[in-house]
Amino acid sequence: MAEQSRVATITTPNKELADKLFEIWERPHTLYGWLASVDHKDIGRRYLVTAFAFLVLGGLEALALRIQLALPNSGVLPPEAYNQTFSMHGVSMIFLYAQPIVSGFANFLWPLVLGSRDMAFPRMNALSYWIFLFSGIFIYVSFIIGQAPNDGWFNYVPYANKEFNPGLNMDFMSLGIIFLGISTTIGSINFVVTWMRHRAPGMSINRLPIIVWGTLTASVANIFVIPCVSLAFFLLWLDRNFGTSFYNVAADGQPLLWQHLFWIFGHPWVYVLVLPPIGLTADALPVLCRRPLVGYTPVALATVSTMAIGFGVWVHHMFATGLPGLSLSFFSGASILIAIPSAVTVFALIATIFSGKPIINTPFLFFAAFIILFVIGGVSGFMTGSVPVDWQLTDTYFVVAHLHYVLIGMNVFPIVGALYFWLPKITGRMLSERLGMWNFWLMFIGINVAFLPMHLTGLWGMPRRIYTYGPDMGWTTLNLITTVGAFIFAVGVLLLLVNVAYSLKAGAKAGPNPWKAGTLEWATPSPPPPYNFVVIPTVASRHPLWESHLGDSKHRSYVYRGYELSDHHENVGTTTVDAIPDIILKMPGDTILPLLLAIALAVTFVGMLFHIWWMVAAAGFGLLATLTAWLWPRAHLGERTEPGTAGASS
Amino acid sequence: MSDATQKGDRVALPVGAYETRANGWYGLWGLIATEGALFVFLLFSYYYLLFHAREPWPPMEMPKFNLSGPGSAILWSSSGVIWVAERLVKKSRRVLASLLTALTLVMGIVFLGIQVEEWAAKPFDFGGSAYASLFFTITGFHMAHVLVGVVILLAMLVWTVMGYFNENRNTVYSIGAAYWHFVDIVWVFVFATFYVSPYVLR
Repeated sequence: MAEQSRVATITTPNKELADKLFEIWERPHTLYGWLASVDHKDIGRRYLVTAFAFLVLGGLEALALRIQLALPNSGVLPPEAYNQTFSMHGVSMIFLYAQPIVSGFANFLWPLVLGSRDMAFPRMNALSYWIFLFSGIFIYVSFIIGQAPNDGWFNYVPYANKEFNPGLNMDFMSLGIIFLGISTTIGSINFVVTWMRHRAPGMSINRLPIIVWGTLTASVANIFVIPCVSLAFFLLWLDRNFGTSFYNVAADGQPLLWQHLFWIFGHPWVYVLVLPPIGLTADALPVLCRRPLVGYTPVALATVSTMAIGFGVWVHHMFATGLPGLSLSFFSGASILIAIPSAVTVFALIATIFSGKPIINTPFLFFAAFIILFVIGGVSGFMTGSVPVDWQLTDTYFVVAHLHYVLIGMNVFPIVGALYFWLPKITGRMLSERLGMWNFWLMFIGINVAFLPMHLTGLWGMPRRIYTYGPDMGWTTLNLITTVGAFIFAVGVLLLLVNVAYSLKAGAKAGPNPWKAGTLEWATPSPPPPYNFVVIPTVASRHPLWESHLGDSKHRSYVYRGYELSDHHENVGTTTVDAIPDIILKMPGDTILPLLLAIALAVTFVGMLFHIWWMVAAAGFGLLATLTAWLWPRAHLGERTEPGTAGASS
Repeated sequence: MSDATQKGDRVALPVGAYETRANGWYGLWGLIATEGALFVFLLFSYYYLLFHAREPWPPMEMPKFNLSGPGSAILWSSSGVIWVAERLVKKSRRVLASLLTALTLVMGIVFLGIQVEEWAAKPFDFGGSAYASLFFTITGFHMAHVLVGVVILLAMLVWTVMGYFNENRNTVYSIGAAYWHFVDIVWVFVFATFYVSPYVLR
């Protein structure tokens, strides 16, 4: 039972306390225990594995597309199959891999880098994973039954309307993305509240690792833009299924409304996909350069301002739609302006390498390559930010080359680097450097062979989204080179999988801090125990483990002395700006409710897809029952009066 | 040791869901932010289509206040009722707090009933025009939120009657009440858009 208030005991780590905490926080090693786990480390690992599975699926789809495009007039993929495959490739990579993988890292790392025992809402955390998994399956079922989304990842109307697209394809897409959006929204609110409340005492906002800035900024953006895409798809679903007229020009609807709603979401989403990986890089790269990050404050501010400007650039996806010139000028200006904060980050990272003593290992190479690819993708983005250039290049392969440099260069490369860097913390074992080098060079050569010539393919006029081309167009050689590059890249990814499998089986033991890094996650054993920290650390600088190393005599963090907090699941809540303790939070333990809720939601969406309304109603009651059980106030969480004390005695 | 912990060392900290320091309170603000954004985009769609419309807008007839006026008055005053109820919960006045919570609940249901009448009285159907689609979708979204609010009020009524809240433990009630205020505030913008703006923008 929760008392009203208490003075929290301060202690040093000891065996009895560790055993007691283990007893409290460890989940049972049964199937039920696995399904009911709300541990952020379990959820983070699941996110990583699931998102990676979608990366592999999306990659296989890409290879199928590249086989089709390798030679002119090829018949490997007929037009409709090609449409579904390229749409699923985009949907898999952008929705089911790139954001969830970032959630995976953030879920695993946040409580550890923040010195917390778990996220702010552990049960919602589990819910967001289950919804992500089920929505991914929901979308992929369409592919299996041959009715996958076939209108690209941007789903433009009128082609997405029922009239032109009568199958279930776009209904799967509409409902699947709305379903996934619930997961993203819940996860984002969880990150924001965790940032506000679950930081070790003393971790004021000028001491946050950059990964926290990156994920936090992305999460705030998600809270505001996910409703936009969910609404866009909901209106599309209504138009397709109930004859409404939102996008129907014959009844005063507007096809361009779709593009506005989609890109108001879509462009901030690009930053959602790249800011957290930039944060991972900005935290890990300095460790490998044996020095703190150059320009911490400018990088943190650049992260936030990139997103702030990123809300005002969506029309650059619509330069060719006939909008007024004034509007184009404004959005073109904003699109070019965004190069400034991006450049701040790039120069800070370069300065960190040049003023440090870099260790040239696999993660270092991935992070360094990220900088190069960031610049290439950034420059081609800067070019298409200019309206006349965009009118020339829009809907050509130049844009495809640009977006792949951005998304592979700024998401996949830092993510793989982060995997080499943090997987030892997650599994307790190192990855092989030898395989890692092969892995890196194949991926780095692969992306450049595939996508550097593709700029030229675009300049020579090859349009996007066409399923084949004639031999007389002069695009054959370039396309063949791109296909070769794609396969080289794929072999690199395969080696990564081999490396991970090898590491799990026979990798060298990592120990708590293999890179001699300075942030709190490295103060825990690898893999960390279920309670993370025996005592809650106290933070006095950006690098709690480096203070003596940096000759920092002014600040003294305490990792081995702090709050005990061992009365069931407990954590300290701290103020948002200064991280001063102001509450002892009672955390919920493991529960199956998140899984049940996600199942009820999945049934709801299946019912909506096939118009089985009794199923939707039944699932609705399931939702209501689960939520009632979930939200019922509990005395041990301090949400209601103690039973038997007759709380309200008026 | 940093100042932060020194301050924390000496004082007793509240335990569990305590007033606005509870995680649930912060979570509610996250929910309100994202739901608020949803209504912003709904209304963006309305004005976007309005300014591109070629047909008369709204079609057939101007909006009437015979139902929407009383409905709005009831919904907005229910915010005041629950504000008082929340104060009473915090003073452990269980009986009166329960009665006022029940009154808020009834007012919410009456609002929903009036809205159903309003829908039935409209001379157009769902798919007739962009305006009609927007009208039913946006007011429908709001009704769905009121319905959720009514369910929350029902739960809060049950918990208040069961004596779950007193002067120390009442955060759950405050969170539910804040959601109800949010639903009422959204209606200000929806009402202004559908019932007032046609007279101004004519």
